[in-house]
Amino acid sequence: MSKPVKEPFLRIVKRDSASVPRKILVRLLAIVFALVLDALFIYFVTGLNPLSVYVVMFQGTFGTATRFSWAVRDLVTLLCIGIALAPAFKMKFWNIGAEGQVLMGALVTALIMVYMGRKVPSAVLFPLMIVSSVAVGAIWGLIPAYFKAKWKTNETLFTLMMNYIATSFVACAVNIMRGQASSLGKLNMGNKIGWFPKFLGQRYNINILVVVILTFAMFFYLKYTKHGYEITVVGESENTARYAGINVSKVIIRTMAISGAICGLCGLLIVCGRDQTISVNTAGGKGFTAIIVAWLAKFNTFTMALIAFLLIFLEKGAGEIASAYGLNDFASSIITGIILFCILGSEFFINFKMIFRTKAKKEGGNE
Amino acid sequence: MESAISLKHVTKTFGPVVANKDVSLDIYKGEILSLLGENGSGKTTLLNMIAGIYYPDAGEVLVNGKPVEIRSPKDAFNLGIGMIHQHFKLVDVFTATENIALGLDSKEKFDLKAVRKKAQEICDKYHFEMDFNQKVYSMSVSQKQTLEIIKVLYRGVDILILDEPTAVLTPQETEKLFAVIRNMKADGKSVVIITHKLHEVLEISDRVSILRKGEYIGSVDTKDADESILTEMMVGKKVELNIDRPEPKDTIKRLEVKNLSVVSAEGVEVLHDVNFDAFGGEILGIAGVSGNGQKELLEAIAGLQPVVQGGSVKYYNSDDGKGDAMEVIGKNPRIIRRAGIHMSFVPEDRLGMGLVGSMGMTGNMMLKDYETGKWFLTDRKRPKNLAEQIKDELAVVTPSINTPVSRLSGGNVQKVLVGREIAAAPMVLMTAYAVRGLDINTSYTIYDLLNQQKKKGVAVIYVGEDLDVLLALSDRILVLCGGRVNGIVDARKTNKEEVGLLMTKLRKEGEKSE
Repeated sequence: MSKPVKEPFLRIVKRDSASVPRKILVRLLAIVFALVLDALFIYFVTGLNPLSVYVVMFQGTFGTATRFSWAVRDLVTLLCIGIALAPAFKMKFWNIGAEGQVLMGALVTALIMVYMGRKVPSAVLFPLMIVSSVAVGAIWGLIPAYFKAKWKTNETLFTLMMNYIATSFVACAVNIMRGQASSLGKLNMGNKIGWFPKFLGQRYNINILVVVILTFAMFFYLKYTKHGYEITVVGESENTARYAGINVSKVIIRTMAISGAICGLCGLLIVCGRDQTISVNTAGGKGFTAIIVAWLAKFNTFTMALIAFLLIFLEKGAGEIASAYGLNDFASSIITGIILFCILGSEFFINFKMIFRTKAKKEGGNE
Repeated sequence: MESAISLKHVTKTFGPVVANKDVSLDIYKGEILSLLGENGSGKTTLLNMIAGIYYPDAGEVLVNGKPVEIRSPKDAFNLGIGMIHQHFKLVDVFTATENIALGLDSKEKFDLKAVRKKAQEICDKYHFEMDFNQKVYSMSVSQKQTLEIIKVLYRGVDILILDEPTAVLTPQETEKLFAVIRNMKADGKSVVIITHKLHEVLEISDRVSILRKGEYIGSVDTKDADESILTEMMVGKKVELNIDRPEPKDTIKRLEVKNLSVVSAEGVEVLHDVNFDAFGGEILGIAGVSGNGQKELLEAIAGLQPVVQGGSVKYYNSDDGKGDAMEVIGKNPRIIRRAGIHMSFVPEDRLGMGLVGSMGMTGNMMLKDYETGKWFLTDRKRPKNLAEQIKDELAVVTPSINTPVSRLSGGNVQKVLVGREIAAAPMVLMTAYAVRGLDINTSYTIYDLLNQQKKKGVAVIYVGEDLDVLLALSDRILVLCGGRVNGIVDARKTNKEEVGLLMTKLRKEGEKSE
């Protein structure tokens, strides 16, 4: 006769849905656990006082008004790209080309700023830059979408490759624009043509305002509009979409155009409202970090704002620790990395539950 | 005769479903055995236990008279048992030789040349044709099957199991396969074929064993069998179900299907010149072994399946059955709706096609008319009310109308889907396997709903697999076999044997039923 199959020691089962208190509790525990783990690392490896390190880390974002404004500036950039990615990811279109789409938007903005800045008045220049950056970003997103819709190409590889093309375009344009100078420097340094003006007394307020509006708009778009509904259906099952009579190709192309357009606009915000220059590092890897932001928030733009804040807080904190204690970057990265790891890892305990082997059972069931 | 394999009192259950119940079966040495049964009668499950895919819950397996434990396909190979599954297990980007070498004992030297030489010998012995350098993705279905057989023979099996080997083959390819099977028999190997095609059973096998609803019914020698004996054993006696069947009244032609043919993406003709009418006020049952064109037929009518030029589906809107007929073919589902064609479709794949699993009932209610909302916004109020209404009327068990429907039980999922499709006030209602996997009570709820629609004058098309239900519920039954209409019978006058025969044996050209 058959021997009963032995029940495994540990089984991992997907949880239906965790209650809100449980979600909050798990995440709080994760942070506490991370801080304890970090304290051990700080004390035993670097020999510093963990508490003072935490204070310094906190000051990275909240230490001075300027630091805070930088943190918010970087937060809105990251959030803006996250917002751009949300509709594409919700459609299960793996757009990892945000980096390139941002760069292309930034490139067009910079070119117009430099070559048209003196020729047209500001009232024409800004609309021109906005329209061009949005259009170029949209096209950069649309190309892989078109190929996916028509020939089922793999969008992950396609959008990734498009990043390198964009980077090369920018490198080429920067070389032309700088001429004999050793570096490009700020664009239109003398006359500040094409720079966003201070708004309500703050340099970055226009960027912040635009991203806040986008946060609300994208939330609304995904949740309450017909387009948003179509995106959800296509993302869930193409067969269901066909059954409902949704034109799947059209939705893919349209959604990616929107995704790319917002990335392009983000490029404009970076050039006009933040850097006033352009380089191959303009997007600075934020196009990839934003993927984490969009995913962790499950495409809810308000949750995205929280996650973007967490990531920026950790980044600024790490920088501050490194400079305050003369640690090398790796040590401070480990400290923030542990926090991030614990918070992300806690998602496991929200989505899954673990079942240990029960001794009470005499016969191990198969399933 | 000597048994190669004996199954003794084998039982296998999947949760509450009993796939095989106390089955005892012998496979003799050097014979070709057919395992015959309807869909879901447990044929594949039974042989999967011999092949090491499943492990029986109870009972034992004897190979050459000795009790054995077969826990994996590797164990099965070691005992000389090999199975060719319906879905081939080949690596697309590998060549034939590489696929054969795949999974060979790692102690052996990895020598593709030697593998190829040995495989070529097998080919010569059994008269296969195979290009060993060809990659799998460029092979036809028949070539892939041949490769699977070579792969199994290479491992030196004595007992070969083929799961519905002819389902994907053309008649010529089937003949070739049968020739190979006969060669293997001549070589002393046992071959088991899972099938539900009666004429093939009679043509190829020495003996037939029949399963029905997971239970072993019996075995007959092919020379003593004919189609009616086998059909009766396969479908069994009629079971009274007490499903209500009101007399059809004021039947009006609603749908006229003419010359409908469909060719699948693989180039196989899955529907051939289908012609029939569907009338309002009656339930037209569609019977057939699964995979004989039912899915394609409904999807073609629903605008989801491209059809061969010349096919036509006409929809009659007016109540006199004449008037202006609207052509359905060539339109996508949205255009069909906008044209004023009131057609509802409950597809077989409920969560993969009919519903959006991650959405709640409300979100799913608006799937087919979300575009009617004002401006660019969706209207949430009407679907919310509809969701509440369906939840109450059909007693859908769900924590809330916003709970993702993928979390609901199968019966409740189906209630949501059927409820939405009926709420659209259809003139034609198509359902595919509407009660598959549902418990008795929910099934009867669905039958009642369909009967209500019939009384309202809706033309109901019911694709089913349970013959007892089809006979009790439908007014007429259309039987599909091999993608052709093999007969349309009056459900009140026919019997299970007649329908069973039509399902499994294609009538010759020119032969007429009724």
